[in-house]
Amino acid sequence: MATVELLFSALPEHVRTARLVAAAVARRAGVDEAVLDEVRLAVGEACSRAVGLHVSQEISSPVRVVLTEDEKKFSIEVADDAPHAISVAVATPGSAGTAPAADDAGGDGEDDMGLAVISGLVDDVEVSAGADGGLIRMSWPTTPASATP
Amino acid sequence: MDLSLSTETVGDRTVVRVGGEIDVYTAPKLREQLVELVNDGNYHLVVDMEGVDFLDSTGLGVLVGGLKRVRAHEGSLRLVCNQERILKIFRITGLTKVFPIHTSVEDAVQATD
Repeated sequence: MATVELLFSALPEHVRTARLVAAAVARRAGVDEAVLDEVRLAVGEACSRAVGLHVSQEISSPVRVVLTEDEKKFSIEVADDAPHAISVAVATPGSAGTAPAADDAGGDGEDDMGLAVISGLVDDVEVSAGADGGLIRMSWPTTPASATP
Repeated sequence: MDLSLSTETVGDRTVVRVGGEIDVYTAPKLREQLVELVNDGNYHLVVDMEGVDFLDSTGLGVLVGGLKRVRAHEGSLRLVCNQERILKIFRITGLTKVFPIHTSVEDAVQATD
């Protein structure tokens, strides 16, 4: 099991770095080239959401991204330290059928849309949240034979 | 890559050409541009996304916000996009039903409701 862990200050400019790192590690893990765009987008959405939660709740701790290469899958965990009032679970692939409300001033609408994009993109995704923070887990299948040596 | 923006007037339409990445960091720049155009009385916008390499939900939110603003003035916001990876984001969020999406700027400029 090879793991890359990334901690970054909750600033929007660092989200691109997280996308680039995640895509690089995913490519090396053997995730199909055609899926790398989805990995990039999904991790960007998860990190943007975490940054938004930290900024809005004035949380100084960093956002944590853990990239794990397994035998058959590549997993990404994005964790925030924002306390959530309720727990949610999203495990229905491709279920984002309707467009959630969006607001150009930011806020809950964009947060919901980020989750809608993730659940629409990723077949294996789990969103959990509690008093200690939230966690988005996503994974994609790998083809080890095509992994970069 | 940062965001690049340029505008051009074609008839009664204002074409906004966007290049680079639209994400949580760069989207405010696009929002400012759209707000400024509407405040200056440009209510029929065409956003050319052919030069966009990356778009996330923050960018979608800005485009929806732009649509709300122009509709308040009975205007329109049309998109130009042929890139499958960008179109996919509009499809999975259901926004293909909200935005008219054209294959060329010429097509978008000539389109009527």
